[in-house]
Amino acid sequence: MALQNSIIWLYFSSPKNFYPLAGKLIPIFALLAVVLTAIGLYLGFFVAPSDYQQGDSYRIIFIHVPAAWMSMFIYIVMAMYAFVGLVWNIKMSEMMASALAPTGAMFAFIALWTGALWGKPTWGAYWVWDARLTSELILLFLYIGFMSLESAIDDPRRASRASALIAVVGVVNVPIIYFSVKWWNTLHQGASVSPTMAPKMAATMVQSMMIMVFAFWMYAIAVVLMRARNIILEREKQTTWVQELVANKK
Amino acid sequence: MTEPSLITACRSMLGRDLVLAMRRRADVLTTLIFFLIVVSLFPLGVGPEIDTLREIAPGVIWVAALLASMLSLGRLFSDDYQDGTLEQILLLPHPLAIIVLNKVVAHWLVSGLPLVIFSPLLGMQLGLNAESIGILMVTLVLGTPVLSLIGSVGAALTVGLRGGGVLVSLLVLPLYIPVLIFGAGAVESAAAGLGIEAHLSLLGAFLAMALVLTPWATAAALRISLD
Repeated sequence: MALQNSIIWLYFSSPKNFYPLAGKLIPIFALLAVVLTAIGLYLGFFVAPSDYQQGDSYRIIFIHVPAAWMSMFIYIVMAMYAFVGLVWNIKMSEMMASALAPTGAMFAFIALWTGALWGKPTWGAYWVWDARLTSELILLFLYIGFMSLESAIDDPRRASRASALIAVVGVVNVPIIYFSVKWWNTLHQGASVSPTMAPKMAATMVQSMMIMVFAFWMYAIAVVLMRARNIILEREKQTTWVQELVANKK
Repeated sequence: MTEPSLITACRSMLGRDLVLAMRRRADVLTTLIFFLIVVSLFPLGVGPEIDTLREIAPGVIWVAALLASMLSLGRLFSDDYQDGTLEQILLLPHPLAIIVLNKVVAHWLVSGLPLVIFSPLLGMQLGLNAESIGILMVTLVLGTPVLSLIGSVGAALTVGLRGGGVLVSLLVLPLYIPVLIFGAGAVESAAAGLGIEAHLSLLGAFLAMALVLTPWATAAALRISLD
């Protein structure tokens, strides 16, 4: 029974078998993403009450926080795929790590951008060197480093293995960086404004935010699977099954 | 024929790298000159007001050390890669991680240690007092090996690539940030009259961790780059 289960997992680790699976899964996750985003944004923008301190400008939190959480979560997932790909030499795993990076980088950028837009009305500044902001910025640099290393190497095999290694080295560093930046920030505490929301958020606010987190998660899965399919086609282009696929499509 | 022991291999690796560095002294000195020039640029950019300079001195010297370390990484593997020696090193019967560690030690002795030795000069230029300079040197002694070790991972990943220098910076600078924070932070903390044990302990911890983990990562990176 255990052997059968392991064979099922291994079945989808072949790009040829993963490709149609991904194709079937994408519409499901895309639909979930659209539906959840609609619900989440409606609840967040129209149903949730105004914050007594910040009025309506806090509503960007429904995009900002989910984006930040996703950027961190995706980095960890990416590092796990990278680790598996490096240790067990599984091509599909490396391809998934490469597929995750641009989405993660996008979420990190959105988190920083929406944070800046939120910061101006609330703190009076677009940017402060707060521990979390700085760590998020460094996370964006780690993503960009991953993507530039991969694009700098011509041989796709070497490219994905090298970037997988930098992802694993990076993930070991992420807690160290966060801790160091937090320390640095508390020592140099200048601004007197606290960048956190009032800890007790109204229930509707929390619910809307969680819905948006799931919405972004579904979106991420859909988009990453689409990208993974593209990567499979690019890297496996000399195999018969890909050439037949392309020939049939024409 | 009996194969040489690990100790012999390490000693020869270290000796070879040091001799090669001594033969190409220009490469080594340019890193140091870069360090001196970068630090000298800051007063020109920021103004000669000595109090301002004293305040930013630890950060400036540390950032300059980071940049100088990073620039010197190109030398670590590229020469050996170009003449085929790196492939032969990968074929040695000894653990690659340990051989690589010796290369990194040689690199630090030649690129990192001069930074430590010349830092008092720069400290005086920026108005630091003797105690601060002393702490700065200690943090640099603890920190520059970490920079060489972490940098070796980046250098190994980008060996032989075009545009390598800038790419290495992109990979390695985010990883340098904790060392920068605690290195510069220790000097500032001392100037403010607060304790520095925590900073130095953490720098020591980074050094210990880097010594253990990075040679292994660098060896894996070399195998990825060369196979």
